[in-house]
Amino acid sequence: MAVDFKENEDLVEEVLSVYSEKAKKNRKVHFGINDKENCGSCVTKSNMKSLPGVMTPRGCAYAGSKGVVWGPVKDVINISHGPIGCGMYSWGTRRNLANGEIGVESFVPFQFTTDFRERDIVFGGDKKLEQAIKELHELFPTAKGMVVESECPIGLIGDDIEAVAKKTSDEFGIPVIPVRCEGFRGVSQSLGHHIANDSIRDFVVGKGEVDDSKKTPYDVAILGDYNIGGDVWASMKIFEEMGLNVVTHWSGDGSIEEMKITHKVSYNLLHCYRSMNYIARHFEEAYGIPWVEYNFFGPTKIKESIRNIAKLFDENIQEKSEKVIKAYEPKMQEVIDKYRPRLEGKKVMILVGGLRPRHIVGAYEDLGMKVVSTAYEFAHSDDYERTTKELEDGTIITDDLNEYEFVELAKKLKPDLVASGIKEKYIFQKMGIPFRQMHSWDYSGPYHGYDGFEIFARDMDLAVNSPSWKLVKPLWKK
Amino acid sequence: MEKEEVKKIKDWMNTEEYKEKNFNRKAIVINPARACQPLGAVLCAAGFENTMPFVHGSHGCVAYYRNNLSRHFREPLAAVCTSLTEDGAVFGGQANAFEGFKNALTLYKPKMLAISTTCMTEVIGDDLGSIVGGAREKGYLPEDILAPYANTPSFAGSHLEGYDSMLNAIIETLCKKSDANENKSDTINIIPGFDTTTGNINEIKRILKIFGASYLVLADYSNTLDYPLNGEYKLYPKGATKLEDVKKCMNNRATIVLQRFSAKKTAATLSKKFNHEVRIVKSPIGINYTDEFLMAVSELSGKEIPGEIEDERGRAIDSMTDAQQYIHGKKFAIFGDPDMLVGLTSYLLEMGGIPKYVLCSNGTEEFKKEIEDLFASYSEGEGEVYINKDLWHLRSLIMTGPVDMLMGPSHGKFAARDAKIPHIRIGYPIFDRVNIHRYPLYGYSGVINLTTWIVNKFMDILDDESDDAHFELMR
Repeated sequence: MAVDFKENEDLVEEVLSVYSEKAKKNRKVHFGINDKENCGSCVTKSNMKSLPGVMTPRGCAYAGSKGVVWGPVKDVINISHGPIGCGMYSWGTRRNLANGEIGVESFVPFQFTTDFRERDIVFGGDKKLEQAIKELHELFPTAKGMVVESECPIGLIGDDIEAVAKKTSDEFGIPVIPVRCEGFRGVSQSLGHHIANDSIRDFVVGKGEVDDSKKTPYDVAILGDYNIGGDVWASMKIFEEMGLNVVTHWSGDGSIEEMKITHKVSYNLLHCYRSMNYIARHFEEAYGIPWVEYNFFGPTKIKESIRNIAKLFDENIQEKSEKVIKAYEPKMQEVIDKYRPRLEGKKVMILVGGLRPRHIVGAYEDLGMKVVSTAYEFAHSDDYERTTKELEDGTIITDDLNEYEFVELAKKLKPDLVASGIKEKYIFQKMGIPFRQMHSWDYSGPYHGYDGFEIFARDMDLAVNSPSWKLVKPLWKK
Repeated sequence: MEKEEVKKIKDWMNTEEYKEKNFNRKAIVINPARACQPLGAVLCAAGFENTMPFVHGSHGCVAYYRNNLSRHFREPLAAVCTSLTEDGAVFGGQANAFEGFKNALTLYKPKMLAISTTCMTEVIGDDLGSIVGGAREKGYLPEDILAPYANTPSFAGSHLEGYDSMLNAIIETLCKKSDANENKSDTINIIPGFDTTTGNINEIKRILKIFGASYLVLADYSNTLDYPLNGEYKLYPKGATKLEDVKKCMNNRATIVLQRFSAKKTAATLSKKFNHEVRIVKSPIGINYTDEFLMAVSELSGKEIPGEIEDERGRAIDSMTDAQQYIHGKKFAIFGDPDMLVGLTSYLLEMGGIPKYVLCSNGTEEFKKEIEDLFASYSEGEGEVYINKDLWHLRSLIMTGPVDMLMGPSHGKFAARDAKIPHIRIGYPIFDRVNIHRYPLYGYSGVINLTTWIVNKFMDILDDESDDAHFELMR
């Protein structure tokens, strides 16, 4: 298909024309037009500071550490260490589902905070932290560990949370893990993922014992699935049907006890590359465990992923895997037959975090939809390398796409659906453009796996084809 | 874990012994019903014409405020920040602020930047006065752009103080003492306070319209955070408080403050600096407080209470007496922001209900006394009021001393579920029910809404739980 690169280049140029020279120069390098011939990471610059004064979609390191990586681990207590707000705003908003009795086996639906006040800022908060951990240990004796997530002031006032963690860990006999994820560190959530991965490496990995007689060659770990709306469960179902034994899932519905024995698995299966590639690499370097990326959005990618994973194992697994693919084919065809005619050719614009802007493309394509632009909040160059091949030539790719640019691009590209987050949702809905939140699955899900695709397809259809959108213009203005 | 072991621990969490342990904690807060100052400042700024909330700090903070407010209102919420990183922590945030001003003005063309701080910029000691002054001098902030600024440290107060500080800063910046005079207009200023029930603001405006009274709502986001979907996204929807009106507000007849605890600083500025009459009323929830509010309006406007409103009152009383048998003697646990709790306590007492636990994560001794006085005026011996406690405390209370219903923001749902009681969503934030914030709690309309929600909820439960014999047509 002939692609008019020039047309999209001009369109981007127009969007950027509003900026001052300096700001324009800054932003221009974050826009690219997909060209598979070119090197992937060349498409845009990434992981750089956001412009001040614009509505960047980005969050902070704390959000990456507490909100994304550690928050879903259910048997530990996440302490938001600092003032009240950060813990309040990240309370229950990522939809990390977890099994288990709340307050005994699962601490996910809680907000624990040391609630810094002026005197803590002035005199330091180490004593308060120590006391807080003691009180939590008394009130929640079944917690298998505590994770201290630092908010901005901690790093600024020079508290020694590492010392407090060491002391209380020794005293209570559970891991107390200091995480230096102050929000001003780095340029986005992304550094928070890395910091959290490092804390897991230092305090969790390799700490558990496994009865070697119970090990099997089929033991695997899922990395980078946060069980949003039940994603982990939908994914595990497939792995188990393939004959694999999922020992642990990081970190959705996750457990620190299982994380401690992950070094005994045969393979790490990595879904969210951006947030957990660090720990996957560590397992490879320190324990020789290979890792493989996969994509469980939409039947095409699921099939590809199942085969890629099956290749790592024996014929037995490969046979079972083919059976799994075959078993779900009629169901998937049914879903596609039902929804594809309703969605064929519809245009989608995407802005999500660090994985989905490329990972969900296939699922849209399975439904006959066309991704006309995709953007990341906090991707790095290795993400862009993985992105360009997933998209048609000419697709607009943007890094740290801000609200102004997003709206202006949408005015020009006229999408039928925007797939992004809560901050963006109502902006586009006001424009009369159907929208799905693709961080939280808009309170639906799961979207992973075969079970998830059916829900994904239904949700995209109900957004795009809702009769309510046809009511935006009154009869007398039609 | 073994099921029995789990049950044993969960049972222990429901005991008096656990409650005592829970109430003894000093250092950890568990499930608080309180947000931080800058969120309140951002909300306040959203109530002014062509105003961009401008937060001095890392972008994580502003992403959180935007998320949080958008989830509640189900509306877009614009706000920008200075995107500070490590070098800002070392060298201060001035350079980012200058660049931020420039970019925000270029992209968003506001008339006013409402500047607030975060804990980071408070801790590093950035001086907003000198930053704004420097930006003016160096041309990053032209003179015609208004730039009120407020210090809103997250480690002091709550969203209430943040709202207050921003409103105060806007009034102090826009109103000149030299413009204040004794020649008062007939207009009455209304300060709603940190009130995320847009229906409340609309109800107050409706009442004042019926009075035929001229009014000015200070921080009116009832339109900007509830604007019509017609195919166009507006960064600054119409209907916000006009900046020209703010400039003259001290020369209006008087100001009625509807939330004592989220407008203290502002009220003091108006009365002390501008010698302006400020009337602080109880949030008009329930009959008595609505009556008091109407009398204040009547007195300040010099207009009789309209017959139409008296009729509304009669209908509200009718709705209460029709339904009072379903609330009388029922016990309630309520939590949320202090002014709403005072009003709600009063309403429940009017209905013969028992506000058994009134819990406020951001309450003061003054608030506590208000609630205690209310209990005393109804000779109600059962009520207990708790300040600076959280929802894990509340859970202990309702597990050891049961109540029939919980009322408060969405975060109470976990405690309500454990206690197996219904939970009426009210206050901030509401994330798990739609449109509730569009229905007023204020005024006589609010009385009917509250009565409807509470009583029908009890009736739904009665129907759900009845056996065949007791599943009756009439309730």
